[in-house]
Amino acid sequence: MRSFSTTRALLFALGVILLASFLPLGVSGYILGLLTLAYYFGVFAMAWDLLFGFAGEVNFGPTFLIGTGAYTAGILDNLYQPPIWLCLVAGALAAVIGGVVLALPALRVRGPYFGLTTLVAVLMLQNFIVVAAGLTGGEIGLTVPDVISISDTTNYEIALWFMAISGAILFSLSRSPIGLILQASGQDAVQAGALGFNVTKHKLAAFIISAFFSGLAGALLVFYLGTASVGTLVDITVGVQIIIAAVLGGRRTILGAVLGAVFLIAMSEALRPLGDLSNFIVFAMALIVVLLFPNGLLGLLTGTKENT
Amino acid sequence: MAAGAHLDVKGLTKRFGGLVAVKEMAFRVRAGEILGLIGPNGSGKSTVMKLIMGIERPDAGSVLINGVEVAGWPSHKIARMGAGIVFQHSRPLHRQTVFENIKLALLPDKLTRLFADPDIDERARAIAARVGLSAVLDRRPATLPFADLRKIEIAKAIARDPQVLLIDEPFAGLTSKETAAFSDLICELRDDGRAVLLVDHNVKSVARLVDRVLAMYVGERIAEGTADEVMRNETVRRVYLGGSIETAARPESSFRDSIAPFLAVGNVSVHYGKAQALEDVSIHVHAGEFVSVVGLNGAGKTTLFNSISGFLPYSGDIRREGTSLRGLTPATIARNGIVQCPEGRELFTDMTVRENLDLGGQHLPPAECANQIGWLFDLFPILRDRQKQTAGTLSGGEQQMLTIARALMMKPKLLILDEPTLGLAPVILEQLSKALERLRQTSPISVLLGEQNVTFALPHADRVYVLEHARIVWEGEPARFAAEAGTGYL
Repeated sequence: MRSFSTTRALLFALGVILLASFLPLGVSGYILGLLTLAYYFGVFAMAWDLLFGFAGEVNFGPTFLIGTGAYTAGILDNLYQPPIWLCLVAGALAAVIGGVVLALPALRVRGPYFGLTTLVAVLMLQNFIVVAAGLTGGEIGLTVPDVISISDTTNYEIALWFMAISGAILFSLSRSPIGLILQASGQDAVQAGALGFNVTKHKLAAFIISAFFSGLAGALLVFYLGTASVGTLVDITVGVQIIIAAVLGGRRTILGAVLGAVFLIAMSEALRPLGDLSNFIVFAMALIVVLLFPNGLLGLLTGTKENT
Repeated sequence: MAAGAHLDVKGLTKRFGGLVAVKEMAFRVRAGEILGLIGPNGSGKSTVMKLIMGIERPDAGSVLINGVEVAGWPSHKIARMGAGIVFQHSRPLHRQTVFENIKLALLPDKLTRLFADPDIDERARAIAARVGLSAVLDRRPATLPFADLRKIEIAKAIARDPQVLLIDEPFAGLTSKETAAFSDLICELRDDGRAVLLVDHNVKSVARLVDRVLAMYVGERIAEGTADEVMRNETVRRVYLGGSIETAARPESSFRDSIAPFLAVGNVSVHYGKAQALEDVSIHVHAGEFVSVVGLNGAGKTTLFNSISGFLPYSGDIRREGTSLRGLTPATIARNGIVQCPEGRELFTDMTVRENLDLGGQHLPPAECANQIGWLFDLFPILRDRQKQTAGTLSGGEQQMLTIARALMMKPKLLILDEPTLGLAPVILEQLSKALERLRQTSPISVLLGEQNVTFALPHADRVYVLEHARIVWEGEPARFAAEAGTGYL
């Protein structure tokens, strides 16, 4: 990744964001809606990439963190109608707490067991939502009384700038000394320990940061959609799509994750006329990119060649 | 701080299940001193190092760094107490440059430090200059030669300015020139006032460097003193060279195929990435001959055997009865009669002894198979009693016998045994040794045995090769071994 420096990458990304912020002048509300969704997915994928690409931990349950944040915010709004920002803060906090409760025991186990633990956590959350239907709306979903705005443009700009700020924070973090220590912990925990780094502390921190952005984005998404449902926020397939977006965009790049998310949502929209076949084609394309271009879309664009 | 820094180890004990890997080790390394910790493969020396560094938790005993008890601490805390380790295998961050790898070691263990201190870059450059990496700072580890990768490890270790430095097999895989440069660097580190613990297989490789040597064998200390004293020590000589060994070599001219041997390995070289594992090795085995290849762990024995069995690409030529084996698959080579018993045994541990043997003989007609099993039960009587037991529940020695028996089920012409004695108790060695002798006396099978345990390798051998640092350095009759090659082996 030395082919472009941190500052240049951020400036370039800022340019793209500024251009994107003028999109509402030229495209329809429908497309804005799709992009809004894609931007929130981008944040999910970036948060996931911090955990996998840097700390080396495969979290199969990104939707556990997202769902915890989203449902906490939604339920709180449903019950007491506090100001929306309070719901958002509560959602992010709940995701962090849920993340810590999950990560503390999960980080003690090695290898694939961490991934399995996170996978089981998703299933538990999913079942809890269905069982506690009175509180959560169950399988039908939760409808929240408030939305942030009914304007497509406002919602679009909120998602765009939320994604931009999240991306800037996560990206800078990945390029900071902490990012380097995280990579060392992910690649060789024994050696990182022997160099004096508390591996568990760093991985836990990465999990907390990942949980914070996932939960906050999940909560924001609820107040954009006006509903929360297992199918859109918690289901395993949603988690798999987030993972595909991150890997497709380019592992260990943070910014690539956004690219992957936009690509994924744009493709399934473009192929919608094909009906059920569209998902198949999107996943097949993702598979091809992952197999042939392990550095993902961003790797293709920047021409980076890495030995993994 | 540097003055008086030292490492004290007392009563250090580590058990893995029933195996005592380290038993009540005690030693002290003073500031400005290099202690060599030597022992054959499996003696527990690497475990001692891991226990000191906190990578493994000791079951008993104490580790004091400058008088502070650190036994049982997590390794990052021990590192912060002033201990550093240079791993035997290079473990750089592959996606980062050399510079970033060194910089990593200079970072504080803090989550609040979003920006590195400005002087870190300068310090990283200074360290790189000291170990001789200045020219390659911006390269990725994957593009560097082996010796530079070792330098990165040293650079990372000294970046944290450790007062106690543990170095695992410092010279493995290095050329003699690189070894000399590396030795100088280690001496400099000692002269800075650090306490250095060098871990290696034998005295010879570290003799030039160390102030004192401690020799280990199966978890216990067997000798301590200067390099000369340890080399002269009777117990050490017995462990490395065996006591007075009865040899029963048959002269090479007595074999029918004395002119064109059954197996001829000619000028074979093998590389693993950048490390040379075999260099221009030539050996031969006659039909019915018992040949031992003696060499320490890492000398290249397994690589040699894997080349013969067709598992590895090599340069040079390997011929069986005059026909090149190049291009044949491992399965074909094995079916045609060159069968290897791998170091790791690789038994089907959930199957019974009998099932393992039946599997080995599945290409034989049933009658012949039963016949062969009968012969093997005579060769290894203990297996007859254990027939219905699953292989995983056998002792190490019994598993080794089963491995050899399963290989013999394939009716090999040449049997390759790779370190059959690894991890076995002396009493088991004797049983195994007797079985090999019976095999030699009663069958026409050629045997190629790779061993670091000389006591085991010499008695049955007709001829011995010594493999050292990827090269054959000696060839001859076992009787001449102690006199001619023994000192090089200590």
